[in-house]
Amino acid sequence: MNGSSLQLRVVAAAAISPSLRHLQLASADGASLPPTGAGAHVLFNLPGAGRAHRNAYSLVNAPGSRSRYDIIVRRVAASRGGSAAVHERLQVGDALEAQWPANLFAPIRGARRHLMIAGGIGITPFLSYLQDASVRQTGCELHVCCRETEQGVFAPWLPADAPVSFHWDNEGHRLDIAALLGHQPAGTHLYVCGPSELNASVLNAAAAAGWPDDQVHTEHFGSGSGGEAFEAVLQKSGLSVQVAADESLLEAIERIGVATPCLCRGGACGVCVTTLLEGEAEHRDHFLSQTDQAAGRLIMPCVSRSRGPRLVLDL
Amino acid sequence: MSIVFKPDETFRGDYSYRNSEAAILRFPFPFPEDRYMYSVNMEPHDGKGPSEAYCHGFDMDEHYIAECRDRAITLERDPGRCQVLPHMMSAQWDTLELLMDRLSIDYPEHFSLNKSGPDFGATWTWINRPLGLEQSFVFGDVATLPCEPFEYITRQAQGDFAICDQREGTLFLDAGMVTSQADWSLDFNVGMNFMEWHGPVPLAHQAGVFERALKYLMMIRLGQPVRRLNWTMTVNPRLDTAPETLPEWGPDRASLMPENIGRKLHLRVELQTLWRLPRSNALLFPLRCYLASLDELVRVPKWGKRLSRVLGTLPPQLVEYKGLTRFLPTALDYLAPFDDGETLSAGTAAGTERLAEPA
Repeated sequence: MNGSSLQLRVVAAAAISPSLRHLQLASADGASLPPTGAGAHVLFNLPGAGRAHRNAYSLVNAPGSRSRYDIIVRRVAASRGGSAAVHERLQVGDALEAQWPANLFAPIRGARRHLMIAGGIGITPFLSYLQDASVRQTGCELHVCCRETEQGVFAPWLPADAPVSFHWDNEGHRLDIAALLGHQPAGTHLYVCGPSELNASVLNAAAAAGWPDDQVHTEHFGSGSGGEAFEAVLQKSGLSVQVAADESLLEAIERIGVATPCLCRGGACGVCVTTLLEGEAEHRDHFLSQTDQAAGRLIMPCVSRSRGPRLVLDL
Repeated sequence: MSIVFKPDETFRGDYSYRNSEAAILRFPFPFPEDRYMYSVNMEPHDGKGPSEAYCHGFDMDEHYIAECRDRAITLERDPGRCQVLPHMMSAQWDTLELLMDRLSIDYPEHFSLNKSGPDFGATWTWINRPLGLEQSFVFGDVATLPCEPFEYITRQAQGDFAICDQREGTLFLDAGMVTSQADWSLDFNVGMNFMEWHGPVPLAHQAGVFERALKYLMMIRLGQPVRRLNWTMTVNPRLDTAPETLPEWGPDRASLMPENIGRKLHLRVELQTLWRLPRSNALLFPLRCYLASLDELVRVPKWGKRLSRVLGTLPPQLVEYKGLTRFLPTALDYLAPFDDGETLSAGTAAGTERLAEPA
């Protein structure tokens, strides 16, 4: 019950619209999957042409499922390759690796009411919200802005009695965000997930209407430890290592056998602090002060990376 | 290794609690260095560690039966030691599932769990052999248990439990089963956020410890629990050192004499673990309490020496906050003869498999 990576297998795959594909995944060895809550996502390693892609997708299955995970993926025209991999390469029976689920967009359990606004594929986290008994008992409504033709696409994941309204870009069908926010009872929590323009207009409307920040939520994925690949030169050891896009600097240092003290591996404890001799760090830790980060002489290799092609460390 | 329980020992009244030699050797001694200061001393709780106490998700030892009975006594006197705010029901089931899964896998000779399925609506049968309990219930249906799920399972576990709800960029202490606490009140703290409930701690705020710790805690992931140790000292092996019962145990501090301090003064260590809960996204925060008397601790020579040095150099604000002021000189006098001043290796491992003879 401890773990970080999952070996999954595609057990069903189907196009549900010209640009949307549904995948159903199970544990490759038939074991139970970790259960998840409403709003959870999984980071997948997707097979690409020449390299793997790491994409996070919200789970749309009912919360708590231990037999299957379901995702819906939109094919992105400017795809880095992940959504293309889902649409073109993954077939039933294929294996793929993923990380254990995480949740950066959980419903607020003390809310008096849940108001959800989705743009297109941004509906996916709310499909799990609407299958959560306590969200439904509290009271909720979902407004989806999508193409007129896509209204029915998500029906298989929507409970029959779910309070959902669809809106599209046509006279009489557009969502009047200000009017919607204007008649919510106190204690309502607002959640928005969609294209950045929709998110911004909802957030702006909420701010203009005086909503407390703590009651307004947008989906965003954590930066994780991955990023652009770069070279790390370990001066004292006389070694150099290429830090791959999907590993941390610390993992790369450990991979070539250089001992580095570490504890939390999450940028908080300060144990792995290392002197930076050359290069500019992209600081992602919670340990160094802003002054230390700005001075650029220290780096926490468990989470931080390089802004440029090369770092030189005093290791 | 099979556990030989000590079902009749007590944590009040005649205080018959004692550690066996094996229990002393597995004690989670908290001082890796000769000086102590607050730090974000968190590390993965991954089944490894310097003593057997770290090797299971939820450690169980010879005191299990007696501790569960002591909890029941405290709850009988003050039901408010278990409180759960209404929005935490999903976290309650998460906790029950985590504890039942872990205990039945880690200690199959003591616990069994049979499930007709893994999801809400399935029928589960739980058997707790040391306490002689068998319960069939519907996972997700409160009406099928004798009490709410969090209380039900934490009455059958050692150590205190808190559940923190994560929202508004912080953690809220929204549920707790707290009967073995180091002088803090669940009734006072329930519903507080992380900075509020840590408000009284000296020195650590200035060091930025809590800001860093909070950020780290909020990023704890499902499947990757972490742990840290905390410590204080308690007179007599008493689990219930709550503010509510201070008149019962506070005066004991004045009872320490050179001739009884080795037997009566206990190092109290909390093995604190933190677990992301799957459905609720809350954080489960078990605080597993271990007690060992000075007489017991000095039987591990390294620990006797180190404890003498740590207590001798403790910052005065910590001496005051941990309530040691009155008896610290007596404790240092007791420990001094056990410290020959030799350089000690870093780390907390006992460094021996045989104890020195009792004094």
